[in-house]
Amino acid sequence: MKKTVNQKAWFLVLPVLLLVGFSAVIPLMTVVNYSVQDTFGNNEFFFVGLEWFEEVLQSERIHDALGRQILFTGIILMIEIPLGIYIALHMPKKGFWASACLILVALPLLVPWNVVGTIWQIFGRTDIGLLGYTLASLGIDYNYTQNVLDAWITIIVMDVWHWTSLVVLLCYAGLQSIPSAYYQAAKIDQASKWSVFRYIQLPKMMGVLLIASLLRFMDSFMIYTEPMVVTGGGPGNATTFLSIDLVKMAIGQFDLGPAAAFSLIYFLVILLASWAFFTIMTNIDKEEV
Amino acid sequence: MNNSRAKTGFFSSKSPTIMLIYIVFLMLPVYWLVNMSFKTNEEILGAFSLFPTNFTFDNYIVIFTDPSWYWGYINSMTYVVMNTVISLLVALPAAYAFSRYTFLGDKHLFFWLLTNRMAPPAVFALPFFQLYSSVGLFDTHIAVALAHTLFNVPLSVWILEGFMRGVPKEIDETAYIDGFSFFAFFTKIFTPLIASGIGVAAFFCFMFSWVELLLSRTLTSVNAKSIAATMTKTVSASGVDWGVLAAAGVLTLIPGAIVIYFVRNHIAKGLSLGRV
Amino acid sequence: MAKITLSNLAHSYVNNPAEDDYVLRPLNHEWDDGAAYALLGPSGCGKSTLLNIISGIITPSEGSILFDDTDVTFADTTNRNIAQVFQFPVVYDTMTVRENLEFPLRNRGADEKYIQQRVGSIARAIKVEDILDKKARGLTADAKQKISLGRGMVREDVNAILFDEPLTVIDPHMKWELRTQLKALHKELKHTMIFVTHDQTEALTFADKVVVMNGGHVLQIGTPEELFEKPAHTFVGYFIGSPGMNVFDASVEADIANLDGNEIKLDETYKKLSGKVELGVRPEFIELCEDGQGIKIEIDRIEDVAHHKIVRAKYNNKKVNIIVPEDVKITPTMNSMRFKSEGVNVYVDEWLVRGEIS
Repeated sequence: MKKTVNQKAWFLVLPVLLLVGFSAVIPLMTVVNYSVQDTFGNNEFFFVGLEWFEEVLQSERIHDALGRQILFTGIILMIEIPLGIYIALHMPKKGFWASACLILVALPLLVPWNVVGTIWQIFGRTDIGLLGYTLASLGIDYNYTQNVLDAWITIIVMDVWHWTSLVVLLCYAGLQSIPSAYYQAAKIDQASKWSVFRYIQLPKMMGVLLIASLLRFMDSFMIYTEPMVVTGGGPGNATTFLSIDLVKMAIGQFDLGPAAAFSLIYFLVILLASWAFFTIMTNIDKEEV
Repeated sequence: MNNSRAKTGFFSSKSPTIMLIYIVFLMLPVYWLVNMSFKTNEEILGAFSLFPTNFTFDNYIVIFTDPSWYWGYINSMTYVVMNTVISLLVALPAAYAFSRYTFLGDKHLFFWLLTNRMAPPAVFALPFFQLYSSVGLFDTHIAVALAHTLFNVPLSVWILEGFMRGVPKEIDETAYIDGFSFFAFFTKIFTPLIASGIGVAAFFCFMFSWVELLLSRTLTSVNAKSIAATMTKTVSASGVDWGVLAAAGVLTLIPGAIVIYFVRNHIAKGLSLGRV
Repeated sequence: MAKITLSNLAHSYVNNPAEDDYVLRPLNHEWDDGAAYALLGPSGCGKSTLLNIISGIITPSEGSILFDDTDVTFADTTNRNIAQVFQFPVVYDTMTVRENLEFPLRNRGADEKYIQQRVGSIARAIKVEDILDKKARGLTADAKQKISLGRGMVREDVNAILFDEPLTVIDPHMKWELRTQLKALHKELKHTMIFVTHDQTEALTFADKVVVMNGGHVLQIGTPEELFEKPAHTFVGYFIGSPGMNVFDASVEADIANLDGNEIKLDETYKKLSGKVELGVRPEFIELCEDGQGIKIEIDRIEDVAHHKIVRAKYNNKKVNIIVPEDVKITPTMNSMRFKSEGVNVYVDEWLVRGEIS
């Protein structure tokens, strides 16, 4: 559809601009403000330039958190995207079971994030949790509060449980929009099931996959509540991801300067990574033309 | 001669095992939560049982009778509904502008909007706290509702714009020729056409606002305390009140399940008609 | 190439259907090997259902269908060796044109040299040689439809090629071009082709024989000439021709038809007719004449359509269309109509009745 040039459209966009500006820009300004100042205490601040940024960028603690974050996000994407596609391919398309599956699959998405954490916290306990108890009775040594690997596995499985459904729903919708004529043509051409997936289903799902991947990337990079509730960042700081570290600094230790600098860098990293991700995915799309 | 053998097309159901396994995987933790909600704390901590030996409604009774508990739910529902309404009201005209017009800086504005969705709440926790405190809105529903618009408005604009693009401009022009004012056109003609888009956007607004913890806890203390924040009070010096916590958790699932049930037809159809 | 036989074929979506539940009423028909057929009819008449039964997408609830005497009623689409072109282009977007055309042969494990040879000859036939190595995604709708078609023809042993309103998404000026190419292809390759459409021009120009359908019934199967001159059903007469056939209530005795007191001599003599009797006369067979020389009508307006004029009139408050050749001058006193007897058909309960030539 051809769009007409109309500068008055700005009036329609004004409410959004004001609201989000208020919600975003003003708070961001305070962050920027803090990031370049230090305090003597008693609410007295003085300008220190980029000192905090240097400290943050060189901080080993933050490097570690970043490293853990990247590892976590990478694993999450590698599991959830293929799994989501796989499940979507197997979901019933019509009838009573289609609705039933849709509701059940969507349920984990609607659980408040701290409840998610709580559920899994209990679930994993060897004395009162189904998972923990079962593993213990199978003789497996499992303790997510003390064992680093167990903690990681628990958090990853929890995220998969929580968020794969988002990928499933989006891919399912994408699949539903493929006209049946394509499947009929594939039958006439005697295409194998793999060919049908590779040449019909996957290309037609690219749009949804982009949205799903971008959302999962962004959200997993910002994850806070669920791991916080289950492990509190532990054992030690084995599961301290970027957000957890930041909140510890800002609200826990009230290290406003470094926290603010950290915030800005954090935001920039996500922005850059999302933009890169987005550009790559849309270019893969364009290359096909 | 009657051919009664039904032909199954390419959509024929493959073995349902995979779906079954996945759903069982999803439901196990939920089942465990429900299981615990009907047990007493002694039973939960004392022994492991797949089904409550002493089935009790006590935990639920606590929640329904203790004001600080049920107010948590009411508060959450309040700000979630406020947020959904505000987000949609603001996003609709903006999405319309993006889908119909080009104007100076439109692409940049759109991208800037999306970046807000990428903002880590952790970054905004402290600034929001200071901001809303300074204007006297700390511990109010509107504060949380506004704070959540940070990520819900961009998402709504993103979703709605996709749907609006699917409605041809000719419909707008015909309406104007027929004498409709912009407002009348928008409410009487345009809105029904994008109904499933509004449904999808509303669903996501509801979902993301209902489940968010960090901001809703930071910005409230007593009056507007969200259910998520209220639940943290089960952890006290005397230990964790698992039974009540579990019951509270189960109750938080219900509004979401209801919402999904009502939009189930819109979601699949809606998601496929829009951006995808 | 195969002869297709329909034996007591019918389809309904309910069990134990009543008369009205049939989407496709029982029919028996044999389609000649190598002929071009059109299935013509309005939306919902059952033509797409019939096409899908032939291609195997739908299994008929009654009757059977045979390809060259082999019963394929329950055979899967894959095993019927047919090709189908759909209403919108179905191509594999991520592949090039060449890869699209190769696809069916590759799936059968054909020899590489054979594949290249077949792809080459089909590409020449449908004129896509210059875009063979382009990605299918960015092409125009008509190019994509040609590729859909090509993919169907690349297998030499295809039994029939089925078209389901394939020109729907094509630009009007390309429609003519594609239709011509399809006709040429048919002449060259002699596949059995079945073309579903609701556009009579497409049907009449493309097909050797046209199957006219309405409400699940097959009303008539014949050449375009037969359909025009002797429509077997009033619907056929009305649907074909522009404008369609005029229908008048009348009574008939022997070789005289009586239209509200006006007597018309018929070419054939009829036995006693019982039921609703109507006369069907095409606009081309009605003459405009002077007052008193024919049946009085009321002229609403006259449309000039270059090669002829269409007179829109009313008789007994029913619409009548008359085609007047462009060389005939219409004067204000010409307010009556006369039928040319060779164009007058008699219908009882909407079906054509033949009499004896007098």
